Amino acid sequence: MNSINVRPPEYLLFEAKRETQFITGSEAVKEAVRRANIDMAISYPITPQSESMHLVGDLYAEGYIKDYFRGENEFAVMSEVSGASFGGVRVFTATCGPGTMRAFELFPMWAGARLPIVCAFMTRGVNAPLTIQPDNIEMGFLLETGLLMVFAETAQDIYDMLLASFMVAEEKDVHLPVGVFMDGFFITHTREQVRIISEDVCLPPYNPKTAPVAVMDMETPPFRLMRDPFVMKSNFVSYAAHASWQQEVRAAAVRSKKHFNKYLKSPLEIENPSAEIMIVAGGTAVSQAREAIVMTKEDGIDVGLVKLKLIRPFPSTELALACAGAKKIFIPEFNIAGWLAKEVASIIPDNSRIIGAPRVYGGMTMPPELIVETIKKNV
Amino acid sequence: MVGYKVLPGPESYLPPPAALMGVDVPPEGKALVEGDVVREEEAMRKIAEKILAAKNPTVFPGPLVLWAHSETACRKAALVKRLASVAGMKIIPMPDYRPKYPMINPAVEINPNHPNLTIWHNKIDVCVFIGVHCHQANLALKLIRGGTDCYTIALCGEYGHEDAMITLRDVTTDKLDKLVKMVEKIK
Repeated sequence: MNSINVRPPEYLLFEAKRETQFITGSEAVKEAVRRANIDMAISYPITPQSESMHLVGDLYAEGYIKDYFRGENEFAVMSEVSGASFGGVRVFTATCGPGTMRAFELFPMWAGARLPIVCAFMTRGVNAPLTIQPDNIEMGFLLETGLLMVFAETAQDIYDMLLASFMVAEEKDVHLPVGVFMDGFFITHTREQVRIISEDVCLPPYNPKTAPVAVMDMETPPFRLMRDPFVMKSNFVSYAAHASWQQEVRAAAVRSKKHFNKYLKSPLEIENPSAEIMIVAGGTAVSQAREAIVMTKEDGIDVGLVKLKLIRPFPSTELALACAGAKKIFIPEFNIAGWLAKEVASIIPDNSRIIGAPRVYGGMTMPPELIVETIKKNV
Repeated sequence: MVGYKVLPGPESYLPPPAALMGVDVPPEGKALVEGDVVREEEAMRKIAEKILAAKNPTVFPGPLVLWAHSETACRKAALVKRLASVAGMKIIPMPDYRPKYPMINPAVEINPNHPNLTIWHNKIDVCVFIGVHCHQANLALKLIRGGTDCYTIALCGEYGHEDAMITLRDVTTDKLDKLVKMVEKIK
C-alpha cells in the first residue's frame, strides 16, 4: 500500500479527478471502502453479498483496514460491529435477505445507541421455499428501525453513496447508522463503467470524541460511562425517558437531511418534471423505468421520472412537489409488499393518483415492456 | 410546523422533538432563542437576562466539564464556577448518564433520564446545561419541556440543541468567558 493522504469529503466526492473503470457493484463497494479510512470490517457470507466482503478482506490484506475477521453468523457480526462502534472506531459490514432477518434485533439497537455504522445491503428474497434471487422486501421491514437508508441504482451510486454515508452517519447532530441498499445481483454482479478517484486519498478519520454519546472507553474519564439500557421499571418516568430517547433518534434522522443534501446533492432526481405521468422508483427499478420512458415516448406518451436516492429520512416535501402536476404516478417495485408505493401514498396529496405497479418478486426481472404495458392500461 | 416555538412547559404529555417541528440546530456563528435563529450576542444577552431574573437559576455541568480530562475541560469548569458565582446560581452536577434506581437524590444531582425530579425538588426556574453529551442533553431537554415550567439554556461545544429554549453552539472557553463577562456587566 502506498502512502495515503487524508482529504476533505468534498474533495473525494466532487473535486478529485476521476478515472473510469469497468467494474461490478461488489468491486465498487471495495473501491469505496478502500478510500473510506475504515478501522475495522467484519464479514459473514451470504449470497449475493459474499463477494463484496470478500473483496473488503482483500483490502485488509493490502493494509487499508486495521482489523477484519469473519463472524460466527449475521447476529454475531452485527453485534461485533456494534462493539467496535461503541469503542469509537469506523466500522463497515454488509449483508442481505435472510442475513438481514437473522441480525434484525441489532438494527434498532444501532440507532438507539447512536452508532454510526455503515452497512451495505445487497437485497435478496426472504421467503420459503428458499430463494437467493433479487428482491428488496427487506427494505420494507427495515423502514422503522431508525436506520438511515439510501438506495443505489447503479454501481456508481454504490461507490458515491458509501463514501457519503460515512460522513453523514458520523455528523455530530446525526450519529446514526446508515444502510446503503442495492438490488442484489442486478448491480452487485454486473459490470458497468464507474468513475472513481485515485487510491492514494481517503476520507478524514472518525473522531468519536465529538460524538453526541460517550465513547465506551473503560480507561479514560470522562468517557468511562456505560450506555446502559434502562432497567425496565414500570413507572412514568421510565416510560417518558424511553419515549424521549426514541424521539431523539427520529430528530437526528431529520437533521441528517441537510447533510444528505450536501453529499448526495439532492435526495431525489427528477427527469421531465412537467409530464402528467410520472414514475417514482428506487434502485434498479429506476433503470428499467428509464428504458420504459424511451419506449413510451416513441408511442407519443410523455412520462417523467423521480429517482429516489434517500428512503430514510423520506424526502416527503421534495417528492410531493415533484409530483404536484402529475395525474398518474406509477411505482414499479421489486417486492410483493409494495413498501415504496405505501410510503409515497402516505405523504402525497390525492393519493388516488398512485398506481403501485408493476411489481415483480422472487427473483423475476422487470422488463421495460411490463412498465409500458402497465402505463398504457391505466391512462 | 412553521412557527413552532420552543417555550417553557409543561407543554404536553409527550411533547414533540423540536427537530420534527421544523426547528434545526443553529448555523455556524448563530444561536437559537425559542426556536428562532439569532445573532450570538443577542442570545448571550438573553441568557444573561434570564439567569439574572430567575428566582433559582441552576447550572447542570455534565461529565465533559466535571472530569479534568483536558486543559480545555479544566478551563471551562473554572468558568462555569465563575458564572455560578457571578449570577448567584446553584450548581447541581450531572455526573453520570445511567438511570438512578431505585431513587435519585434530587437535592445533589441530576440525571438525563429523569431530570424533572431534580427540577421539581429544587424549584428550579432557569437551568443551564453545559458539558453534557448531545444525546443525553436532548433527551433531558424534551422531558423538562414536557413536564416542568423551567426555562432551559444549553451551552454546547458542538452544534447546539434545538430542544433548549436558548442554545449557543461551538462554545469554547473564549465564548464562555464572553458570556460570563456579559452576565457581570448586565448585573
